[in-house]
Amino acid sequence: MAAEKIEKYAEDIAVTESSTATRTHAIDMNNIVDTAVDMKLANEKTCIAVSNFSLFYSGKQALKNISLTIPEKRATAFIGPSGCGKSTLLRCFNRMNDLIEGVTTAGNIKLEGNDIFDKSINVADLRRRVGMVFQKPNPFPKSIYENVAYGLRIQGIKDRRTIDTVVEKSLRGAALWDEVKDRLEDLAMGLSGGQQQRLVIARAIAIEPEVILLDEPASALDPVSTLKIEELIYGLKDKYTIVIVTHNMQQAARVSDYTTYMYMGEMIEFNDTSTLFTNPHKKMTEDYITGRYG
Amino acid sequence: MQSKIKNWLDSGAPFVWLNAGAVSVSVVMVVGLIALIAVRGLGHFWPSDIAVFDYAFAPDSESSQLMGEFIDEETVLRARAGNPAYAGATIKRHLLKTGNRDISGLDFSWILDAGIKHKTYPDDAMVVERREWGNFYGFLNSVQLDGHNLQNNATLWATLEQAITQNNAVFDEIRYIEKNLIGGINYKMEKLRLKERELVLKEENTPVNLQALIAQREALQLAYNSHTATLETLYATLNSASLTATTADGQAVSIALSKVIRVYRPNAMSLPDKVLFYFEKFWEFLTDDPREANTEGGIFPAIFGTVLMVIIMAVIVTPFGVIAAVYLREYATQNLITRLIRIAVNNLAGVPSVVYGVFGLGFFVYFLGGSIDQLFFPESLPAPKFGTPGLLWASLTLAILTVPVVIVATEEGLSRVPRAIREGSLALGATKAETLWRTVLPMTTPAMITGLILAVARAAGEVAPLMLVGVVKLAPSLGVDGNAPFLHLDRKFMHLGFHIYDVGFQSPNVEAAQPLVYATALLLVVLIIILNLTAIRIRNSLREKYRAAEQT
Ligand SMILES: Nc1ncnc2c1ncn2[C@@H]1O[C@H](COP(=O)(O)OP(=O)(O)O)[C@@H](O)[C@H]1O
Ligand SMILES: [Mg+2]
Repeated sequence: MAAEKIEKYAEDIAVTESSTATRTHAIDMNNIVDTAVDMKLANEKTCIAVSNFSLFYSGKQALKNISLTIPEKRATAFIGPSGCGKSTLLRCFNRMNDLIEGVTTAGNIKLEGNDIFDKSINVADLRRRVGMVFQKPNPFPKSIYENVAYGLRIQGIKDRRTIDTVVEKSLRGAALWDEVKDRLEDLAMGLSGGQQQRLVIARAIAIEPEVILLDEPASALDPVSTLKIEELIYGLKDKYTIVIVTHNMQQAARVSDYTTYMYMGEMIEFNDTSTLFTNPHKKMTEDYITGRYG
Repeated sequence: MQSKIKNWLDSGAPFVWLNAGAVSVSVVMVVGLIALIAVRGLGHFWPSDIAVFDYAFAPDSESSQLMGEFIDEETVLRARAGNPAYAGATIKRHLLKTGNRDISGLDFSWILDAGIKHKTYPDDAMVVERREWGNFYGFLNSVQLDGHNLQNNATLWATLEQAITQNNAVFDEIRYIEKNLIGGINYKMEKLRLKERELVLKEENTPVNLQALIAQREALQLAYNSHTATLETLYATLNSASLTATTADGQAVSIALSKVIRVYRPNAMSLPDKVLFYFEKFWEFLTDDPREANTEGGIFPAIFGTVLMVIIMAVIVTPFGVIAAVYLREYATQNLITRLIRIAVNNLAGVPSVVYGVFGLGFFVYFLGGSIDQLFFPESLPAPKFGTPGLLWASLTLAILTVPVVIVATEEGLSRVPRAIREGSLALGATKAETLWRTVLPMTTPAMITGLILAVARAAGEVAPLMLVGVVKLAPSLGVDGNAPFLHLDRKFMHLGFHIYDVGFQSPNVEAAQPLVYATALLLVVLIIILNLTAIRIRNSLREKYRAAEQT
């Protein structure tokens, strides 16, 4: 009995020791990797720069002092356990959180050098530049055509020919054209979930934004549709800055160039995607991506 | 045994029975009500056979000949029948429509079953439907046409029918001239008078200005003269013809054909003839003006007035209610005050409607209407134009009566539009107003229409407030006609609900009015059902479109 106890104790010590060792090792790695990311980022143009940003929901802090740069024409993924503030951060980029009562912020977020919370910023203009795709497909109860044309009509464009061209181009851009070209006047709700989500992406790219925010765009879809959406996102990053929230790490690995790991409202690690997944320099990140989290 | 009952109670069966029972009672009541008014109302237009018989009101008294339609029968206690001389504890008696009000003073009488003898239905018994004094029942003797006296001729009946058809065509022409042409001239004359008065009030009545008016007036006068000349010749042709007939008791009567709408011999009519006649009469009921203090003729002005008022009300109440609901739900901060407003709006729906009538009379008619008259129509004073009950004020009063329903329904619809859809629109750079206008409001239309359905159903059936703010027993002209500005919001109008009350309770001729009350009630119910069904169909097709979107 006593012998067993001692053995167990020894084991515990060993575990503690080894984890301390890894941590020391990680700290060493940290500096090296950080420099590598910085060097890589130095070659990128910054699209969105978040500095010391905090957000409170009626006094409850949801984002804690986040600093982050999102490079232009790259895909950046936010990963992290549910409730860690990924959506909250994403929704700051197009000021969607303005709609929620009691939200207060500190710090700033700059889009191409301009503070998006500045008084002189027109929120509607900002949202034209920063498009968004939501978790559940949310097409309007209108025809497929009208869904894609919506943003143009909002901008007061009436010329049928212009709209026709943009609708076709956007649907092609969202890899949906061939599937819907014969039924543009049908209600969008008749499409499958995956098609609806691609329609929503087409709707977003129709107004030629600079940034597209995607909040778990494939989480409500079947695997085949998910794959299609991923391919689409992969293709879109040539033209747009992509920020994608996902809880699916394979997805993040497949589509993104950079990945941010968040936990409890804090940004734990921001890294080049391949490094983050193969050689994370924070213990918490490693725990999370190897599934030891929680 | 005890456990059996307990089992039965536990099974929930009694509750199911109770529910089913309640539903059946409701269905039976609704169907029964509609069936009752349908049977009572629709039977009125059927050409019943004319009975001719000898009648003695006591066994030993001398009998006289009577003719008429049997309308109703009942068996009553002796005393209630006025202790007649016939034997029996209870007495069977019939309600006979004898017509000939101009001769006997009454056109309905109760007769005792025991006194009827030698009842026959002769083929030549004739009904003359007249423009005045109600129906005449008798036998045709002769026809006076173009100064000739036609008698005992095999083609006498055909000649008479033909003459009446011709006469009616002339009559319609006269009515058209009187109502539309001369009515239009009078309307323009009145306008000229007001214009002159206006000039006087503004002290611009210079000879030049007046001259223009005088010229117009002379032109109108000329047109008027030519119309009256036409009318005179038309009246002359009408009045030249007449018919003579004998009543059941042998009295000879002469009736001018200008007073006759139609003649028919129901006993000689075949079933298809009767069916045809029935629909003709029913059509007349729907499309004609009322006659004889509303107890005869049609109810077209009442149908027209009801529909017009409901439409104007809908046009007012929908935008108003929707805007209020949008503000309450989308823009106002949700706090104690908005809650209080919401409670107040809901309670407004429960205020007795006559209170709205009083409010409408005091505020709309006297205050608003009076001010409008002073400001814009000083020339027609002291006769008020808008400072008197009328179509506009009635519609407005009903609009405030029904606006809570529209607000509540629209708010409910707005709250059902999912957040995701709104965010989707905002994320595309739409402002809040654009999102509302292009996405949220279209998705709310089914709810708005639901509100409108409830509002229309309530407004079409209201009577009490209307009696104060615009409904009359008999409106000389419709709210819409050929005189500019075509829609006359200041006019008084007739209404089916009020018509029921008026015919049923204010009529001097109760028996004649009764079937009309049922027929009008049926029509009002049918009208409301039609209005509702139309709205429901529109709503359902819209709802189909938005259902899928509401589940996101
Ligand atoms: N509208 C809101 N009001 C209050 N708290 C919120 C609201 N939205 C999110 N939160 C809180 O903020 C935190 C972050 O949420 P979210 O950004 O949605 O997480 P994630 O997208 O990473 O799952 C959570 O604790 C959540 O409960
Ligand atoms: Mg989220």
